[in-house]
Amino acid sequence: MQNRNEPKKLRLEAMNYSMLQQCMHCGMCLPTCPTYMETKRERNSPRGRIAWMRAIADGDAELDKDFADEIYDCLGCLACVSACPADVDYATLFEAARVDVEEQDVAGPGQRVFWRWLAVKTIFMHPRLLRLVGRSLYLYQASGLQALIRRSGLLRLLPKRLADLEPQTPKIRAEFSHQLIKQTEAPEHSRYCVGLMTGCVQDLAFSDINRDTADVLLHNDCSVVCPGVQPCCGSLHAHNGELELAKKLARQQIDLFKPETLDAIITNAGGCGSHLKTYGHLLANDPEYAERAQEWDRKLKDIHEWLVEIDFTPPLINEGSKNASQIITYHESCHLCHGQKIRSQPRKILDAIPGLQRVELKESDWCCGSAGIYNITRPETSAKLLDRKLGHIEATGSTTIATSNPGCHLQIQNGLKKAGKTATIRHPISLLAEAYR
Amino acid sequence: MNQRKSVTLIDELRTLLAPGLLLTELSDIRPYGFDGTAGLKGEATAVVFPATAEAVSKIVKLCAAHNTPIVTRGTGTGLSGGSTPSEGCIVLCTVEMNRILETDTKNLTMLVEPGVVTQDIDEAAAAQNLFYPPDPSSMKISTIGGNVANNSGGLRGLKYGVTRDYVMGLEVVTADGTVQWLGSKCVKDVAGYSLRDVFIGSEGTLGIITKILIKLIPRPKAKATLLATYPSMREAAETVSAIIAAQIIPCTLEFLDRKTIRCVEDFAQVGLPDCEALLFMETDGHPTVVAEEIEAMERIARECGANDVTRARDDLHAIQLATARRSAFSALARIRPTTILEDATVPRSELAKMVAFIEATGKKYELEIATFGHMGDGNLHPTFLTDERDHEEMERVELAMKAIFDFTIELGGTITGEHGVGLAKRKFLPTQFDPGSYALLRKVKRALDPNNLLNPGKIFELDEYDAEQE
Repeated sequence: MQNRNEPKKLRLEAMNYSMLQQCMHCGMCLPTCPTYMETKRERNSPRGRIAWMRAIADGDAELDKDFADEIYDCLGCLACVSACPADVDYATLFEAARVDVEEQDVAGPGQRVFWRWLAVKTIFMHPRLLRLVGRSLYLYQASGLQALIRRSGLLRLLPKRLADLEPQTPKIRAEFSHQLIKQTEAPEHSRYCVGLMTGCVQDLAFSDINRDTADVLLHNDCSVVCPGVQPCCGSLHAHNGELELAKKLARQQIDLFKPETLDAIITNAGGCGSHLKTYGHLLANDPEYAERAQEWDRKLKDIHEWLVEIDFTPPLINEGSKNASQIITYHESCHLCHGQKIRSQPRKILDAIPGLQRVELKESDWCCGSAGIYNITRPETSAKLLDRKLGHIEATGSTTIATSNPGCHLQIQNGLKKAGKTATIRHPISLLAEAYR
Repeated sequence: MNQRKSVTLIDELRTLLAPGLLLTELSDIRPYGFDGTAGLKGEATAVVFPATAEAVSKIVKLCAAHNTPIVTRGTGTGLSGGSTPSEGCIVLCTVEMNRILETDTKNLTMLVEPGVVTQDIDEAAAAQNLFYPPDPSSMKISTIGGNVANNSGGLRGLKYGVTRDYVMGLEVVTADGTVQWLGSKCVKDVAGYSLRDVFIGSEGTLGIITKILIKLIPRPKAKATLLATYPSMREAAETVSAIIAAQIIPCTLEFLDRKTIRCVEDFAQVGLPDCEALLFMETDGHPTVVAEEIEAMERIARECGANDVTRARDDLHAIQLATARRSAFSALARIRPTTILEDATVPRSELAKMVAFIEATGKKYELEIATFGHMGDGNLHPTFLTDERDHEEMERVELAMKAIFDFTIELGGTITGEHGVGLAKRKFLPTQFDPGSYALLRKVKRALDPNNLLNPGKIFELDEYDAEQE
């Protein structure tokens, strides 16, 4: 590593020390931490990681590659935040640690640099480029080229990591959100005017869920404003130590949606929502945007949260649904339940749909191993978590699994497929939209 | 010199243990430098994770040969610093010994390894319709080995007693590295000294527990939960006395003061009302008895001046309330950076005096003290909300703590009801013991661990001077 002119003060050193002190190391987080429960080693636990951060802040430990590895071993699922009676703000500590790791450049070279450059700094900074990648991928899949290549054995020529990932590539939709949703759509009687965020992965792989979300909103008397080209929310960037890029994207979103003109801004992806609700914090020192960012936070609603808040219309029982009884279970996206504390609302929506019989999933709020790009950077741990999840799903006997985050959706979908299971995975809002139709 | 010694010990440990079962890098062992106790830290030379009693035995023999102390630890949730590493020690962590070996439904016993999580024991018992009552607040992650070593209590102590009451046998590795079995499945067994009892609550200073034979009881068929709010502490204390006087022994009689209520509600959001004092009460047993008792408790609470008395809506609500109560200690950390939990316990008849004294002490020393605890068994948890970096304030905390302990002893109480002495309460122990009995404590230690290798410095210091005196 080369010398730098003036070493920048670490975030972990500069931050309010009481944030680190807040952890009293009582251990209440341990049984909820997927990485600790896997290894039973304290360094892989929330209190172990915080102790390490504190040692760095105290000058008792170096910010080195070992620390970087540990911070990237953390899923960032925030289960510890839900479990913590002492209210330790692990999300902020975790983000600061990752920024320090990136700014000090201690994570070391390797494939991860390429992935980070490709995903975090390039594709997810440019919505049109992302769609271009998506379009190419669609053509590759739809033209039969993918099938041909898979059969040819050419994939074996790829490095193992890439070859393993290829089957995980999401199936890209023929039409993206802007081709399915007009810039503004209005119901007959409009009670509210809301913005609809189409997301990145959601836009490419699940544009149908975005359409369903628009339909559900219209059915509940909400006018929908949905800009055609939307930037990434920046969660990928914030969680991977690129706060400046995250701020840039936040400002773009605020300018695009103009929160002052809307009653609410709706997101249907748990991971995005969790980050989208922190623009106020992110832009707190930006004189031009601080106030608008706070208004943004106030109005930013997860779709389930919003529907329950406005007392959504329950679907009618029709002939088809009267006798049908489909067993369904609900997997909670980490950033929906731990990040946004939204637990009861999706269940309430599922329970309102005629013909569904919901069975609780054991460890429903445990990470499925998707965790942003964790399944790419830490495939082994990710696979273990996925197996654990699939085992619990199997035990419910469900034919449908509901979840509200594209990462979880893809991860579990791939897992089910690999295991030869016929169960399908759906977004609760798609199920609600169908029940309305 | 010392350094060279421990290097060779580590080399020897390395040949004994698989790579993942021995940690020597600072980044790996740093988080074993503390347990659940505020402000206490140490640094081990290595952390070992033996999977069998044989491995424990070999480790103890190696450490003895190298004159290196061993500090045993489960999941590190202790509240007296009992498992913080002593200088240059090896930490022996029991989490790899985590099997339930046998559930004997004919004798109502369960044989377990020390690393099994407390709650898992009760869940395994429940599968056979049996019950393991001790329920320390950390039961979701605390280990049974740690519970036995500290003779942990819990919310149900009033009716069901503490960990000691559910231990029928122990396998321990003693300081010479030999493996001993103490106890039996017999309900009555008076052969020889009850050595098993010597090891229960010995805080890892006499031996390392490698198996535990647990006593189980039939699972109560019914349970009812009550929440009562009070305009002041006095009415809550009166309710407790009146319930006991009515010859009802509820399984739980928990008290929370205003500060604790507020913090717990902030975290758990179970709808705890805003009031000065709150009692969380549970009774369990035969459905008819439970129905009678809960009615009587409800009536007594009202007669004693409760603002409001409500029953839990259903089982889920009752569990939520109990879980919320268990978070009290950690939830109090919301107020100030450092949370120091005490464990003063007095005979039940002296409770009201004790609570008033704690309040007055807080005022006198200008400190923030929140109080909650097991009112039914006299076990209070006055909790100092402070900041370890404020040395002047910490001095006042020390003074207040001493005052509380002195008063506890005056009332015929004990400095620790369920957390153990460890490091945190070591200096207060001589006030509770007279010189003769204090010397006896150390005589036992010296007889079983002559070289002071097992968790040295915990409960009391055993120094050279001491040896000469005796």
